[in-house]
Amino acid sequence: MPNMSLKKVPIPEQDPQVRNKNFDEVALGYTEEMAIEEAKRCLNCKHKPCIAGCPVNVQIPEFISLIAEGKFAEAYETIIQTNSLPAVCGRVCPQETQCEQRCVRGIKGEPVAIGRLERFAADWAMKHLEKTYEKTPRNGKKVAVIGSGPSGLSCAGDLIKMGYDVTIFEAFHTAGGVLVYGIPEFRLPKALVQKEIDGLLAQGVEIRTNMVIGKTFTIDELFQEGYSAVFIGSGAGLPNFMNIPGENLNGVYSANEFLTRINLMKAYKNDADTPIKRGKTVAVVGGGNVAMDAARSAIRLGADKVYIVYRRSEKELPARLEEIHHAKEEGIIFKFLTNPIRILGDENGWVTGLECVEMELGEPDASGRRRPVVKEGSQHILEVDTVIISIGTSPNPLIRGTTPDLETNQWGCIVADEQTGQTSKEGVFAGGDAVTGAATVILAMGAGKAAAKAIDEYIKSKG
Amino acid sequence: MYKIVRKEVLNAQVKLLEIEAPFVARKAEPGQFIILRAYDEGERIPLTIADYDREKGTVTIIFQEVGASTRLLGSLNVGDSLADFCGPLGVASHFEGVKKAAIIGGGLGTAIAYPQAKKLHSMGVDVDVITGFRNKDLIILEKEMAAVSNRLIVTTDDGSNGTKGFVSDILKKLIDEGNTYDVVVAIGPPIMMKVVSDVTRPYGIKTIVSLNPIMIDGTGMCGGCRVTVGGKIKFACVDGPDFDGHQVDFNELIRRLSIYKDHERAAQERHQCRLEGKINA
Repeated sequence: MPNMSLKKVPIPEQDPQVRNKNFDEVALGYTEEMAIEEAKRCLNCKHKPCIAGCPVNVQIPEFISLIAEGKFAEAYETIIQTNSLPAVCGRVCPQETQCEQRCVRGIKGEPVAIGRLERFAADWAMKHLEKTYEKTPRNGKKVAVIGSGPSGLSCAGDLIKMGYDVTIFEAFHTAGGVLVYGIPEFRLPKALVQKEIDGLLAQGVEIRTNMVIGKTFTIDELFQEGYSAVFIGSGAGLPNFMNIPGENLNGVYSANEFLTRINLMKAYKNDADTPIKRGKTVAVVGGGNVAMDAARSAIRLGADKVYIVYRRSEKELPARLEEIHHAKEEGIIFKFLTNPIRILGDENGWVTGLECVEMELGEPDASGRRRPVVKEGSQHILEVDTVIISIGTSPNPLIRGTTPDLETNQWGCIVADEQTGQTSKEGVFAGGDAVTGAATVILAMGAGKAAAKAIDEYIKSKG
Repeated sequence: MYKIVRKEVLNAQVKLLEIEAPFVARKAEPGQFIILRAYDEGERIPLTIADYDREKGTVTIIFQEVGASTRLLGSLNVGDSLADFCGPLGVASHFEGVKKAAIIGGGLGTAIAYPQAKKLHSMGVDVDVITGFRNKDLIILEKEMAAVSNRLIVTTDDGSNGTKGFVSDILKKLIDEGNTYDVVVAIGPPIMMKVVSDVTRPYGIKTIVSLNPIMIDGTGMCGGCRVTVGGKIKFACVDGPDFDGHQVDFNELIRRLSIYKDHERAAQERHQCRLEGKINA
């Protein structure tokens, strides 16, 4: 008999007033008993609507039935047939707009907690399974993967299993891309990411750090080095600013800089060499997951007050519901329908405030969201000492600037076939944020997988 | 990985390291920079390339021990290796059509001005070099600069080497004496680059400065190195580090360079203990 409870089995979490002072993981994960209980909520529908919502086709009802039977190792094996980073996806995927959105149980009550169960299986396997990798025979062909974020890792993971020699070129000193510089420790522990990367290394993937493609090597030089194909998964790393007065004052950060200092350079630790300014009153501008990460990091660094300043209403917030919920619990103050027009500073150039106007929602714009318009006479000042701009990122220009035959669009995104990742340049494939602009980890992983398949076909077609 | 093959102490605070980094040496050009980490968990330190040898596969950096991280870097010796060495980053300097140039190096900036002088000299350009230091004990690269210039003037703030004055005054004197320059390259402390730019502005001489703002990644990702040039925001790491000195907002640059002063002081004290611990042990 399925468990007919309308609610998900709650996941244990650190208390909000405790966790907003530390960088340890917020959600603690299901116990075996909880996982089995939740897994029993799955109806094992014949038409499996959930799978259609997954960009990497995880066989969801199958792995959940295995968990319900207590066969955790088998459940894990089922997931990794199509998803090489389940411990990551179980934590950071927007399940509510993907698999869980299509869950039949969600029609009346809450959907099955697919994400939590995926995480459970992955964590269980890390703890209990001795991982062994079958080494596929090498086929003697080399593929270069640019960037070691989600798309690059999943592309490399599939290619190595197909028998290719895979080299990942990473610009930073550490592999992982946005998983290590962007997403904070309290949402995605870095040790987990490292384990996933170690798995790729064990299978024979080579990772070369400190390699800035476009500078250290160009794409054409990679072909000269003997690579048969190139996958570009360089992400969308260039921070956008608002172009309002005061943006260069001391105490104004891009979310990228703020989070990179904290996550990659470990500036949250007191003895870290890389510094960060610990603001007492912080305004984060923007409403996406990155804005939530920045705000929640700021409060953990000891801020008394942290605002999220967003120009639309709560309904339009692009962040995941869970992140918004966690942010509120941790004491983040949301200023909706509020738009910054100027950053104010003192005589030494340090931030003292953020001048804003209030907005009203007008007619829907091209994106279908109601366009905010300024409310007359609503100017006011938020007194803050730190401003973090989190209004999005654009793809990095270093590759397109040195690869003239690589077509890009007006936003600087690489033009690539949606199904295969094929770009305008022969043998060059691309996927993830470098193509789509800033999106999600799982979409990037899906694109990396699709490109791996297309690269395999391309190389085989060349004989 | 990134082994130190040569070390020289140029003055009490300035050291030179030649480092094995074949992929960087292969592509390096004057004006570009690298980012290094001396050890795991260390800071990412951006340093402009002082020289490179494509055949040997080495890149030379010259740095001043200003903070905890650079002092630790200075404590390394031949045979030691750096954890990371990434580059070449930034846009190389361009000197097409230049026939006569003045290269100005202020203090440590002389190390960054050197590859520019060397390149121009090798292109057959008539190069005047002016370098300035606080006193004669701090003079660096005198011999090297002499070899790549038609005229070298080394000046000191206190006159202890026999020539007294600021580089900007010497440049002005040269211009007023009738020397004409197609380009002036000024590299040194921001205040010196500002003053030199102010000197050349009324003469309309193109003036290139090399900026050194705070940055993390060096590839356009953090935006920490943003500078205002001609009223527009530029990222020094990908748009520079060379910019038109007449367009740069130097006051903003100087202000932004001070962001972590307090932190730096604390870090120095911490590292002092660590270093002394190491030496005593």
